[in-house]
Amino acid sequence: MKQEFLSGDEAIARGAFEAGVRVAAAYPGTPSTEILETLAHYQDVYSEWSPNEKVALDVAVGAAYAGSRAMAVMKHVGLNVAADTFFYASITGAEAGLVVVTADDPDMHSSQNEQDNRHYARFARVPCVEPTDSQEAKDLVGAAFDISEQFDTPVLLRITTRIAHSSGLVALGEPRSTERDAPPEYRVDRAKYVMVPGNARRRHPIIEDRVTQLQAFAETFAYNRVELGNTRLGIITGGIAYQYAREVFPDASFLQLGMTYPLPEKLIRDFANRVEQLIVIEELDPFIEEQIRLLGIPVEGKSIFPLCGELDQTIVRRSAIKAGLLDASPSPPIEQKEQDSALPGRPPLLCPGCPHRGVFVATNKLKLVVSGDIGCYTLGFLPPLGALHSCGCMGASIGVAHGISKADIAQKHVAVIGDSTFFHSGIPALLNVAYNQSDTVTIILDNRTTAMTGHQENPATGKTLMGQPAHEVEIEDLVRSLGIPLVLTVDAYDVKAVETALRQCLDSEGPAVIVARRECALLPEARKQWVALSIDAERCNGCGLCFQIGCPAVIRSDVVDAKSGRAKAQIDVLLCTGCEICAQVCARKAISFRDA
Amino acid sequence: MKSTNFLLVGVGGQGTLLASGVLSAVGVRAGFDVKKAEVHGMAQRGGSVSSHIRWGEKIYSPLIGKGEADFMIALEKLEALRYVDMLRAGAVSLIGDMRVPPLTVSSGGNAYPGDDEIRRGLSAVGDVRFVQSLRLAEEAGNVRAHNMVMLGALSTFMPEIAPELWLSVIEELVPARSIDVNRQAFQLGSQSC
Ligand SMILES: Cc1ncc(C[n+]2csc(CCOP(=O)(O)OP(=O)(O)O)c2C)c(N)n1
Repeated sequence: MKQEFLSGDEAIARGAFEAGVRVAAAYPGTPSTEILETLAHYQDVYSEWSPNEKVALDVAVGAAYAGSRAMAVMKHVGLNVAADTFFYASITGAEAGLVVVTADDPDMHSSQNEQDNRHYARFARVPCVEPTDSQEAKDLVGAAFDISEQFDTPVLLRITTRIAHSSGLVALGEPRSTERDAPPEYRVDRAKYVMVPGNARRRHPIIEDRVTQLQAFAETFAYNRVELGNTRLGIITGGIAYQYAREVFPDASFLQLGMTYPLPEKLIRDFANRVEQLIVIEELDPFIEEQIRLLGIPVEGKSIFPLCGELDQTIVRRSAIKAGLLDASPSPPIEQKEQDSALPGRPPLLCPGCPHRGVFVATNKLKLVVSGDIGCYTLGFLPPLGALHSCGCMGASIGVAHGISKADIAQKHVAVIGDSTFFHSGIPALLNVAYNQSDTVTIILDNRTTAMTGHQENPATGKTLMGQPAHEVEIEDLVRSLGIPLVLTVDAYDVKAVETALRQCLDSEGPAVIVARRECALLPEARKQWVALSIDAERCNGCGLCFQIGCPAVIRSDVVDAKSGRAKAQIDVLLCTGCEICAQVCARKAISFRDA
Repeated sequence: MKSTNFLLVGVGGQGTLLASGVLSAVGVRAGFDVKKAEVHGMAQRGGSVSSHIRWGEKIYSPLIGKGEADFMIALEKLEALRYVDMLRAGAVSLIGDMRVPPLTVSSGGNAYPGDDEIRRGLSAVGDVRFVQSLRLAEEAGNVRAHNMVMLGALSTFMPEIAPELWLSVIEELVPARSIDVNRQAFQLGSQSC
């Protein structure tokens, strides 16, 4: 059997291919992005980046209504966006398998919040399966499609960052044949698929009954596994937490749940009866624990293990020792040395040459209140720029700024939003600005890509996920057609031009949009134009203005200015791209421009 | 459950992912069960990053626990100090000579630690080796190959794994046009320790 070393994300893509998925749709989001990026290499599967997760899930639903296996993929907060679809899809079911992958991010490595999406499964009466490693990640995709078709339900495949971005050996399987002689007919079934109250009312008991059947199925589901060891301690667990638990309690008895909703009642009771003490080890919410409590079975979980953040073997071990489940002595030594807390921090930051920097230098200069959004530009909130004053979720900036306008504040204010985020959920908010008329100024930071998640294509890049040429939406035309009268386009590297455009928009009545355009410095075409600038040490007096733009390529040199006693600036030639933003802020003209 | 745990640390976007890919593939080729945990996404934007690689007969957790790392490979000097709590007693720390001052140093008042401070911080735990990763990579033909210099240095602590195995994995995983530079960088690294 062929084996490959795959991340959980790559394994899910492989699993989708083997399961005969025909249509897959997603919107990028860490830690789920690599699933579709990998799947796009399988030419037999149609894969797309949709503009947002709701659209992606509707696309998958449509394909499944039309009789093809389909999958939608998103990060945890993406399911908030797609929740409306998720619920109707649960009620209607489909004609072929429908799997929704949610990638949760405990500890918020790359997210604005920490939410446990297993609740969505229970909320919408949809089964939830969770792999413990890459092998299961692949295999559970196939199992999920089978369950979906057997029970006429979407299936939620839930992974977490440590499954998505951890790799292990995976035994590959054969792809299921998807050949068909003729295109299938669309099967018309209005009572099942037209969700008006009368039809939905008839469907509701059907989906409640489906949960009961799934419960029975879970009793013998191959991925709900008992590993009997020492029966003094019984551990019920699922997902990545299984691995940490296995590491800390090598001898205990385990019930590993590959399906965490609905739960197999009899299997759990039997397991509970065979062990002296029963605990649940799970990341984030007490999702399994509370369901077991409802069965009237005595169990502990979150009284021992933390609710917030991720687990790992160290945390599980420490918690277990504290609760008296483990002796402190025979376990491996923990912490030879505590980390030095005085170390300079290294948070993520705007890259050298990032076009967003030019816009923030201008908004700072004008002392604007900035409603932010989600993308690389969110990092503009960090010192020394400190240019962003709120950021909640994708698409929020424009609505928030409109609300601020209506509430009236003393300062001038703007919204900033990236191109991909604007297409994701900014358009309805901007339509609202035009419709309900506020003086909101929106800056669309058009860096020609979806940068934060690793440079994915979007509706303005002229290319699809599968590499096909695509229509390039004209942001200016789109914005005008929504009813925005004043639309200006500037080069984001030109600080003066951004400032002038901002003044014009802020001084005029009614809504305005500035498209600050400049491609991300990390894109291949932009990289070819990198040129390092230099600083004339004679002219530099160490005033430090250039440090205030927060560019990693502008560093303090060892040379101190004799008069001011301050360190002179220096350019790191390995990092500098030559964007010239520092040269524009230098009051002493000490920094060279590209053609100087 | 014996395992060998490698912690690769550095700054986002500077070659940790390629190095952890090579290290994992070598483990697989040598017949071990291997797990690897990486950071993608936001931290790749110039933040502090770490990759965990574990080799053993059977590996459960993809993460290395605190006090469980046998080797630390630091592609950036300051980052070596940040992860000292991950090392077991007697661990080997290999520290490259790349310095990337964080913004808190260039625009704030923080100081970048000197070599002595780094040595003091880590030698309390185990063995510390400085590797001239940038200089040797430059000698090999490209400073970006500093990650391969570090793997070369690491390879000397695992004599049971033949250099040919490392080299063949490197050939497979690096872009075709940079095979020679990367091979050379690995070899210079393996002679440096
Ligand atoms: C609902 C939701 N989906 C996906 C994400 C993940 N995500 C964060 S930023 C981002 C892309 C932002 O791209 P863009 O607006 O073009 O800004 P850039 O990063 O290019 O500056 C994505 C997809 C998220 N945070 N929330």
